Amino acid sequence: MTVTAVQPLLQLQKIDTFYGPMQVHFGIDLHVNSGEIVCLLGGNASGKSTTMKVILGLVTPRAGHVIFDGQEITGLATPKVIRRGIGSVPEARRIFANMTVRENLLMGAYKRNDKAEIAQDYERTLTLFPRLKERINQPGGVLSGGEQQMLAIGRALMGRPSLICMDEPTMGLSPLFVDRVLEQIQTINAQGVTIFMVEQNATLALQIAHRGYVLQNGRIVLAGAAQTLLDSPEIQDAYLGDGEA
Amino acid sequence: MPHFLRTFFDQTINGLVIGNIYALTAVGLALIFGVGNLINFAHGSVYMIGAYVGWVCVTQLHMPLVATFGVVAVICGLLGMGIERIGLRRLQNSARIAPLLATIGISFVLDQLVQIIFSPNPQSFPNPLPTTRLQIGGVSIGMTDLLIAAIGIGIGIILFLFLRYTKIGWALRATAQDRDAAQQMGVDVNRVNQAAFALAAILGGIAGMLIGLYFNTVYPTMSFQAGLKGFAANLLGGLGNIPGSIIGGLVLGLVESYGVALFGATYRNLFAFVILIAVLVIRPNGLFSRKRQAPPEPLTGTFIANNKPITLPVWGVIALAVIALLLPFFVGDPYFLQILTNAWLLGMVALSVTLVTGTAGQTSLGQAGFLAIGAYASALLTLRLHWPFELALLAAGLITAILGTLLVLPAFRLRAHYVAIATLGIGEIVNQVILNWNGLTNGVMGLTNLPPPTFLGVVAVLPHQIYWYSLILLLLGALFQWQLLRSPLGRTWRAIREDDIAAQAYGINLNRYKALAFAASAFIAGISGAFTGHMYTYINHETFTNTTSILVLTMVILGGMGNMLGAVVGAVALTVLPELFRGMADYRYLFYGLALIMMIRYRPQGLLGSI
Repeated sequence: MTVTAVQPLLQLQKIDTFYGPMQVHFGIDLHVNSGEIVCLLGGNASGKSTTMKVILGLVTPRAGHVIFDGQEITGLATPKVIRRGIGSVPEARRIFANMTVRENLLMGAYKRNDKAEIAQDYERTLTLFPRLKERINQPGGVLSGGEQQMLAIGRALMGRPSLICMDEPTMGLSPLFVDRVLEQIQTINAQGVTIFMVEQNATLALQIAHRGYVLQNGRIVLAGAAQTLLDSPEIQDAYLGDGEA
Repeated sequence: MPHFLRTFFDQTINGLVIGNIYALTAVGLALIFGVGNLINFAHGSVYMIGAYVGWVCVTQLHMPLVATFGVVAVICGLLGMGIERIGLRRLQNSARIAPLLATIGISFVLDQLVQIIFSPNPQSFPNPLPTTRLQIGGVSIGMTDLLIAAIGIGIGIILFLFLRYTKIGWALRATAQDRDAAQQMGVDVNRVNQAAFALAAILGGIAGMLIGLYFNTVYPTMSFQAGLKGFAANLLGGLGNIPGSIIGGLVLGLVESYGVALFGATYRNLFAFVILIAVLVIRPNGLFSRKRQAPPEPLTGTFIANNKPITLPVWGVIALAVIALLLPFFVGDPYFLQILTNAWLLGMVALSVTLVTGTAGQTSLGQAGFLAIGAYASALLTLRLHWPFELALLAAGLITAILGTLLVLPAFRLRAHYVAIATLGIGEIVNQVILNWNGLTNGVMGLTNLPPPTFLGVVAVLPHQIYWYSLILLLLGALFQWQLLRSPLGRTWRAIREDDIAAQAYGINLNRYKALAFAASAFIAGISGAFTGHMYTYINHETFTNTTSILVLTMVILGGMGNMLGAVVGAVALTVLPELFRGMADYRYLFYGLALIMMIRYRPQGLLGSI
């Protein structure tokens, strides 16, 4: 067996997932290297969100392996997956509506016990998202969609993860906020956090991603560097055909 | 101070003290509902066990009060964790009614165990506190009142600090708000559930112990009322809302206290149930929520597992009926025939439950109310108006159909487990009205000397006569129901069960079909209740209790939801089995409770499968 120079941070090998009798994934193979932004693209019901759930342990695949940081995490309970160093920005943000912004952020550090460093991360997160600082004692539920998205990302950061999984971080945001959120994702990535994001909006995601995968009906149909994907006729047909860009 | 004013203040203090107990119970239910989305019916049993543990510590072991509270907290806390293990953890992916029913099974088991250990009789719980009473401006306050108030306030403050400033408190709140998101923060929600159950059980146990001190008595059946009142208080404040529950508890205590002062002590339990129904119907989210709709339910009321029901060909069913009809020729033992007669009568009730709960998907925990209405209708018609039994029996069925449907009408806008609670409350209201409407029902005394069943002039008093009579009624009831299920009506009911929103989208008027289901169900149940009353020749408000309702639902689950043959098989099994092992008669409810827990856990589709 040859030893690869860099072992991927996250690896999905031949994943088959089922919901009851219905198969959602057909042998999904993908990997995310340390330091990358990788996006998983696909339309509705392509199996994108399920991929996220498989990584986070919310759904157990029937076959295949999820390997994180060299260790198998397939079928591990969600809290244990999180404790291995994966952060999650769930679909539709899912912030704790009746807890304050501060409480929400500190919930992100729930699994940690290093008080001093949590305080450091807290300050750093607020520097990254000054908007949150202005609303620090308000309940999360009263924040605007964009602010909630920042809170969700900030909350994930508070866990000091090596990988953050984001499920459609730009969904339902105004164009202004979309750009801002994408910028912030790049900033976080530049600080050393690996990003794996699921997106429907291919053009936007590929602008900041290093690499991408295209999922269609539960199969990876296309993979490659972001620029290659942007130029590929398939993507052009599927996403850019109507001149959306 | 004028007399009425003093009475008013006394009743206010009374109400606040009792309200404190309700609040403690309600807060526990709110915690559990918050994190586990579960209405914990075993909570009343924990409360009762808390009272018994306190009683043992104080009267048998002569422990000081402070140490007693510690022992109560530890034992009840462990009990709560056990309930979470059995009642919730394994059933998290089932329909939400499943854990609810499991907790009913657990409460049966716990209540029966206490009865076996300490006897069903009330035990006197002498209060170790000094009997001096404080006089403040003509209002007198006892030491126990002060203790209860202090503990109530103290626990309220501790709970607030716990939820606001501790890590596990944060985890509790986060899980209650969004379970999946909490998991994605690394929160182990199973441990959070366990903590919530432990905490709730500690509060419930302490509440039970305090009520034991307050009324100087403990008894096994205190559990059910306590659980339901705690639930009413919780509902009043908003399910899962902790500060709301405290206020709900105090409001309920005050309403009860003023109500008793105005109407009399027998009305005590009525208020809670009326509040329960009124809140469910008018403000399902409690007094403090602006939302008018109850939280959406992902699944309909009953859990119909994917399964292949065991079907018997028509000739098989006819053969079974013939064997049952011929049985008295071969088995003459009157005791055995009497047991089977009970099975046939309960079988009718099981049919009626499987119709609304299994076929139409409206979980009914109030069927005993229908039995009582039927029994009283027929008893009054024969006793007061001297109608012949046959006519009174039929009329009882019709009266129950009409009255029963009207009573359940307000619950039609509810879904899933809210229907179960509403029907439970409605069944309880029927009993309370019977208890208090002296002019019509003779109140506590009940009705005596009911004429025995007759058929075309022949009096049925011998065991085999009653056996045949009840069996034929069961067969007629089954035939009637079978015809309904084969008709388009049966299909419509099943459509409502599977997806009421889709059914509505096809133009089905939900209320009309729910009414038809309850009317048919109440008709059959009413006839069974009427016949049972005349068979006993005596009825009162306790002849048919919520225990009967739950027992019959257990029969239906045992046989398989919506499965008519299953309902009868379930009725026969749960009536005959405890009798077969004669030693088990005392442990009957232990057996019922275990049967319910096991079925829900291992075979939710029932023995014969649900249809």
